[in-house]
Amino acid sequence: MLGASLKRLWHKLGSPRWFFSLTTRWVTFFGWSAAVLLLWGAIWGLAYAPADYQQGNSFRIMYVHVPAAMLAQSLYIGMGVAGFIGLVWRMKLTDVAISACLPLGMVITALALFSGSVWGRPTWVSWWEWDGRTVSTLVLFFLYVGIYALREAIAEAKLRARASALIAMVGTVNIPIIKYSVEWWNTLHQPASFGLTQKPAMPSEMWLPLLVMVLGFYCFAGFIVLLRMRSEILQREMNARWVGDWITGRGAP
Amino acid sequence: MIRGALVREWQVLLRAKGAVINPLAFLLLTTMLFVIAAPDAITTATDEASAVAPGVLWTLVLLTQLLALDSMYRRDFDSGVLEQTLVSAQVPFVTVLIRIFMQWLSTGFIMACLGPVLGVMLGLSSQALPATALALLLGTPALSLLGSVGASVTVGFNRGGVILALLVLPLFLPTLVFGADMVMAAQAGRSVMPQVYALSLISLVALALAPFATLAGLKISLEMQ
Repeated sequence: MLGASLKRLWHKLGSPRWFFSLTTRWVTFFGWSAAVLLLWGAIWGLAYAPADYQQGNSFRIMYVHVPAAMLAQSLYIGMGVAGFIGLVWRMKLTDVAISACLPLGMVITALALFSGSVWGRPTWVSWWEWDGRTVSTLVLFFLYVGIYALREAIAEAKLRARASALIAMVGTVNIPIIKYSVEWWNTLHQPASFGLTQKPAMPSEMWLPLLVMVLGFYCFAGFIVLLRMRSEILQREMNARWVGDWITGRGAP
Repeated sequence: MIRGALVREWQVLLRAKGAVINPLAFLLLTTMLFVIAAPDAITTATDEASAVAPGVLWTLVLLTQLLALDSMYRRDFDSGVLEQTLVSAQVPFVTVLIRIFMQWLSTGFIMACLGPVLGVMLGLSSQALPATALALLLGTPALSLLGSVGASVTVGFNRGGVILALLVLPLFLPTLVFGADMVMAAQAGRSVMPQVYALSLISLVALALAPFATLAGLKISLEMQ
C-alpha cells in the first residue's frame, strides 16, 4: 500500500505540472519560515547571545558563516543527487533543480568564504589562511564554477542537462576525497601558533541561535530554489496549455 | 576484440609521436622556466631538502597532463572513428579503458620515468628521487582516469581547453596533495607508506568509476555533434 503510493508519488514528481501545483503552497511556507527564522535567529544571536570570552563580539559572524558553509555543501550534494536521478530515470525536473541550485550554491559558497575571511581578520589576524576547511570550501566554489562554465558552453538543453548531471555526480563522489586529502595536508602545514582548534564548549545561549539560523538558511534555500524552479518550469513549458490557463487565470495548474 | 583494440591504440600512439613528445617538451620547458624565474628557491646542494621542489614538480605534472588531455579523444571524435568504435564494440567499457591506459602510457608513465630527472633539475635531495618516480607512477593513473571524464564531456566544444581545466583541476587536488607530500616525506627520511596507500586508493577508486563516467560523457558528446 505504502510502496504503491510512494511509487505513484515518484512518477508524479516527473511531471513539471504536478510539481508546479504541489509547490504553490510550499513556496509560501518556506518563504515565511525563512523570514521569521532568520529575523529571530539574527536578533537573538547578534543582540542577546553572550559575547565569547576569547573572541569578544567577533564570534557573532558564526551565525552567518556556519549556516552558509553547511548550505554550500548541501546544495552541491543536492545537485549531485539530482544529477544521479536525472541520469538514471531521465526526469525533466532534475535539470530544473540543478539549474536552480547552481547560482544559489555559488553565491552561498562565496558568502561562506567572505564571512570566513572577515572572521579570520580579528581571530587569526589575517584575511586569508590556507586552512584545510578554507581550501575545501574554495575547491567547492571551483566545482560550482566548472559546472556553470559547462552549462554556459552547451546550447542544446537536453545535452546540457545530461552533461551537467554527470559532472555534478563526479564532483559529489570526489567531495569526501578532497575533504580528506585537504585535512591531511592541513595537519602537516598549518602554523600552530594561532587557530580555532580549541573552541570552548559552547553554552546553549550561543548554539541555540545558531540552530535557528541554520534552519532559517535552509528554509531560505528551499524558498529560492523552489521559486527558481517554478519560473524555470514556466519558461520550459511555455507552450503547454496548463501554463496559458494558469497565467490567464482560467484554471489551476 | 581486446587485442585488436590494443594493437590499434598502440599503432595510433606510435604514429602520432607529436602527441607524446609535445607535452613532455612542455614539462621540461616549464620546469626550466621555474628554475630560471626563482633560482633562489632551488638549492643545488643535492643533499639538502628543498621546500618548493615537490610542489612545483607535481603542479607542472598536473598542467602537462591537462595539456595532453585536451587532445585525448579529439582526433577520433572528429574523424568519426569514436562513434564507430562505440557502436560496434561489444564491450565499449573495454575500449574506453584501453584508450585511457594508452593515454596514461604516453603521458603519466613517461613522466614517472622522467621524474628523477625533473627532481634533479629542481634540486630535490637525491634520496627522494626513487620516491618521486614511485609517487608519479601511482598518482598519474588517477590523473588520466579523472581527466578522461572531463575530456569526454568537452571533446565536442570548439574551445574546450579552459572548461576542461575548470572541470578537472579541482578533482586533481587529492593526487597533488598526497603526491607532493610523498616526495616531501622521502626528503625528510620519513616513511612514505601512508602516501603510497592514499595514492593507490585514489587511483583505484578512479579506475572503478571513471570509465563508466567517460562512456556516459562520450555518448553525450556524440549526440552533440
